[in-house]
Amino acid sequence: MLKERQAMRITINGQPRETTRSTVAAILQEINLSPERVVVELNRSILPRDLFAETSLSEGDALEIVQFVGGG
Amino acid sequence: MDILVNEKPYRAPSGATLFAVRDLCKPQADVVIHNGFPAGADQVLREGDRVVLIRRGERPPREELEGLLAARHTPGVHERVKGACVGIAGAGGLGSAVAIALARVGVGHLVVADFDVVEPSNLNRQQYFVDQIGLPKVEALRENLERIHPYVRVSTFHGRLTAANTPELFAEVDVLVEAFDAADQKAMLAEAFLCRCPGRPLVAASGLAGSAPSNNVITRRAGTNFFLVGDLESAAGPGQGLMAPRVGIAAHHQANAVLRLLLGEEPC
Repeated sequence: MLKERQAMRITINGQPRETTRSTVAAILQEINLSPERVVVELNRSILPRDLFAETSLSEGDALEIVQFVGGG
Repeated sequence: MDILVNEKPYRAPSGATLFAVRDLCKPQADVVIHNGFPAGADQVLREGDRVVLIRRGERPPREELEGLLAARHTPGVHERVKGACVGIAGAGGLGSAVAIALARVGVGHLVVADFDVVEPSNLNRQQYFVDQIGLPKVEALRENLERIHPYVRVSTFHGRLTAANTPELFAEVDVLVEAFDAADQKAMLAEAFLCRCPGRPLVAASGLAGSAPSNNVITRRAGTNFFLVGDLESAAGPGQGLMAPRVGIAAHHQANAVLRLLLGEEPC
């Protein structure tokens, strides 16, 4: 039987959040953001989008996520 | 008596008149401005007066034009921005207005990239003219910048920016302005520049369509070297078009953020 993943605490745009999702891609899905329209900083470094799926999150990680809307 | 003629100190004999100074300094001038007002009649000058002598249609030489422009800037600003290079990715509503503001303030070198041509529908907000319809935007913008400040160096790239060519095209810039239209292209550019050109700031924009309140458009820090202008919400789409006032507000937030970065100040 699969053990339920333990919740960890991270921050997203400065707000604390508890999540059981383990990767950046899964977090984006959880908060309903489109990977093609976002820029993500993980612990103050830009994370390229082709690494979203393979980048695991750890307790205390800080994500800054900007989702762009169109117009210019 | 000491006066200023075309923003340079000039010692005139006591009791000299406006037109006498014109005849001495620039007899071919056909417009004479005295302390900010066009002068219709001759008059006796006073200590500290400002005289500007203009010949209509003449392009002032570089040093004179720089002096005239510098006189309107806060001391020290012109000297500091003259040596700067700013990239502008996209020459639409945001990019064309940012370029004009930065040229007017005297930024020495602009690198502008865009793949598009001027279309009639662009004229509702973009800084182009009817007689430029059909021209590549980068060429139309170069013409307009040349008319505003002929001594700003403008490098152009007419083509699509990609994650691969972005770092190379903007290799020299001190700051990059993201001025694209499509959300996925904005994200692509931001990621490419911030990853591949570390240490240099990006000023991007998101959320500026429609006619929501002006004061919802703000400048915020969105990452270590990443500044973001807009309300983050107002996407362009059916029922919420892009319009000159709010696009202009966002563009000038971006231009002021760039100016502050060049002056070593925090944009927000």
